[in-house]
Amino acid sequence: MKHIHKKFPGVYALKDINFELREGEVHALLGENGAGKSTLIKVLGGIYSADQGEIVINGKTVTIDSVKAAQENGIAIIHQELVLVPYMTVAENIFLGREPMKGGFVDKKKMNEEAQRLIDAYHMELSPTTLIAHLTIAQQQMVEIVKAISYNSKILVMDEPTSSISEKEVAFLFDTMRNLVKKGAGIIYISHKMSELEDICDRVTVIRDGEYVGTEVVKDTCKDNLIAMMVGRELKNYYTRDFLEPGETVLKCENISDGEIAENVNFEVKKGEIVGFAGLVGAGRSEVMKSIFGLVPKSSGAVYIEGKKADIKSPVDALKYGIALVPEDRKAEGLYLVQSVRFNSTIEVLSNFIKGIHVDSAKERKITQEFIDKMATKTPSQEQMIGKLSGGNQQKVLIGRWLATNPKVLILDEPTRGVDVGAKSEIYVIMNELVKHGVSIIMISSELPEIIGMSDRIYIMAHGKMKGCLSHEEATQENIMRLAAE
Amino acid sequence: MADNKNKTAASSGYGAAVKLFLKENLGIIIAFLVLCVFLSVYPETRGSFFTRQNIFNVLRQISTNLFLACGMTMVIILGGIDLSVGSIIALSGCVSAGCVARHGIPLPIALLVGVAIGLVVGMFNGFVISRTTIPAFIVTLATMNIAKGLAYVYTGGSPVRVMSEEWRFIGAGYIGIIPTPVVILVFVLIITAIIMNRTKMGRHMYAVGGNPQAARFSGVKVAKVKFFVHAFSGLMAGLAGIVLASRMYSGQPTAGDGAEMDAIAAVVVGGTSMSGGSGKIGGTIIGGLIIGVLNNGLNLLNVNSFWQYVVKGIVILLAVFIDYVRNKGKK
Repeated sequence: MKHIHKKFPGVYALKDINFELREGEVHALLGENGAGKSTLIKVLGGIYSADQGEIVINGKTVTIDSVKAAQENGIAIIHQELVLVPYMTVAENIFLGREPMKGGFVDKKKMNEEAQRLIDAYHMELSPTTLIAHLTIAQQQMVEIVKAISYNSKILVMDEPTSSISEKEVAFLFDTMRNLVKKGAGIIYISHKMSELEDICDRVTVIRDGEYVGTEVVKDTCKDNLIAMMVGRELKNYYTRDFLEPGETVLKCENISDGEIAENVNFEVKKGEIVGFAGLVGAGRSEVMKSIFGLVPKSSGAVYIEGKKADIKSPVDALKYGIALVPEDRKAEGLYLVQSVRFNSTIEVLSNFIKGIHVDSAKERKITQEFIDKMATKTPSQEQMIGKLSGGNQQKVLIGRWLATNPKVLILDEPTRGVDVGAKSEIYVIMNELVKHGVSIIMISSELPEIIGMSDRIYIMAHGKMKGCLSHEEATQENIMRLAAE
Repeated sequence: MADNKNKTAASSGYGAAVKLFLKENLGIIIAFLVLCVFLSVYPETRGSFFTRQNIFNVLRQISTNLFLACGMTMVIILGGIDLSVGSIIALSGCVSAGCVARHGIPLPIALLVGVAIGLVVGMFNGFVISRTTIPAFIVTLATMNIAKGLAYVYTGGSPVRVMSEEWRFIGAGYIGIIPTPVVILVFVLIITAIIMNRTKMGRHMYAVGGNPQAARFSGVKVAKVKFFVHAFSGLMAGLAGIVLASRMYSGQPTAGDGAEMDAIAAVVVGGTSMSGGSGKIGGTIIGGLIIGVLNNGLNLLNVNSFWQYVVKGIVILLAVFIDYVRNKGKK
């Protein structure tokens, strides 16, 4: 892609971007949220058309003005949010819209055989006749990959494929990717996880504010350099944390079970402490938090707030006791996408400015502004529809929403997932400020460097059970993984 | 500084709200005005449309539809639908008329019974919908049939006549020079607007409709909101039932046939999204006005009643299409 320009009304989304992908390489595309990665990919995939510039494939200039044109040119995009039909089989999804026919009917036998052949070629454990709804997210990704291969795609774009799958699944995904490039495909890889770049990528191109910053060979560069390229400044203390002496115990949980995964989980949180929860995906960390927050009923166990037993049956109760939970899945569990930043900021604290039928709009705007300022959220106005903000800013609005309830214990479930590095470090600064002011934070995270960098203590869970607790000093990636992978 | 800014923003709040209302509903407002201007100048309707008599007549007709549309707006914001309101009109009208004509119950109580029947059916809808995951479409489809059936059973299929001038008051009478239903309508619209815009319940409706999962995390009592909205919709249908029965001198089991569709049309033309989470009562009012004036205009123009359906359908599609095109342009 050469000299790509794209303007939206009022915004210059892409300014003279160059991107080169070689046969047989995995090329990372890095940039903060809003840097223009998605726009660039959409230009390549035929969803947007560029105002200027050209796309050259194998030396030939091509016109990509539709999704179909992109497919015909061997380009396949695997989106972050998977787009498979849940109640159709694996094979039906792969051949959707171009089913092999026999006498006017779909030739199911041939379709399943073809699918099996593709699956086997990449040593995947999938059955062509399984319903998509019964697959894990990682398996669904595999189906997307097979689908892309079946189109004879030579250029694969993967948009944050590892954001919601476990480490083991990541390893398998990377194996599959290596297989693909060995057979001559080129892969454009988008991810926020810097640690993955070394594992899988050959080169990396960084873009910032819609402009091309540079391309580096992964082996010859380092993380700090790439971060500096992305944010345009050196991030010295990436994890901001003053480790102060924590106070009294605020939250104590005894023998929490949810009847599904979590089994007799015990832990406690002190005032002004950040407590990390580490573990593999599916270890039951979120489930424990959801049962404490009253979203799912506890089958056993007790919660004590400041030494007193708390009877929590619903989120309404939990909020009254001063427990707030910022959910893991922003879109599904947090945002009201068609509503404004203001609506999204104040939905939990309506009682503060709505008395009966009197709405104190000035106070509502003041509350909204307070948390926009506190979280350093970038939004054109309070009335901005939240769906149009970047992931990092959406996350800041959500954290602000629960902060407004003035919680004693703030539970953050994967607070930096899908958030760019700049916003990430801002979120760390805010977390540090909060605990200094006496709030206690529980942070669930699958990013070990983050959990080690930020937590006073780290609880490690596996298979629904508590496996241990490490202090900030004891914690290393190895120590944690040893407990988590037991 | 910041305080000052807030104050100016607050003082211009109403002006801004009006401006926003005009901006959001520009397409249908224009459609409505074009319709009115046309009917006022077109030779065949010039003399009959823009008269006090006719305008009151239109408003009277619109009022029943807008009662329903008030509840329907909330239900659709929740992401649901209420198909039972048309049948509630029949049941509440018949029973209310029956109370007076057959059982000699005093008029005010009879009217209250009619409204209460709507409320009870709505509460039943709300109870089932909030306690289970059965879609509103299915639940209200069932109660639609039950209510209609009960209206036929109670009346034996023929209208229950009430021959008293008092009975006529609520649907065909006047308060001062204003028709009674219009006065009730204004009252109902104010209440609805207050609930939707000025209460916690209103905010919670948008939250539940926009993202039910997030609403649970936000500590919104989702079941309570669903129950309230469906009960309110039933209540509005009960009210529409007695007003219509009063206007027709009788409770009729065929009254309100298809009324739910006109209410849905008013809501959707008014810009409320069927996928839930957004919508305004102001839009619904204009939607209701368009449909009402259109019906009236077609009658004044002596358009064959079979063709009226076709024209109505086309206008609904056009009105929604204008806003679709405008919104698409924005993106």
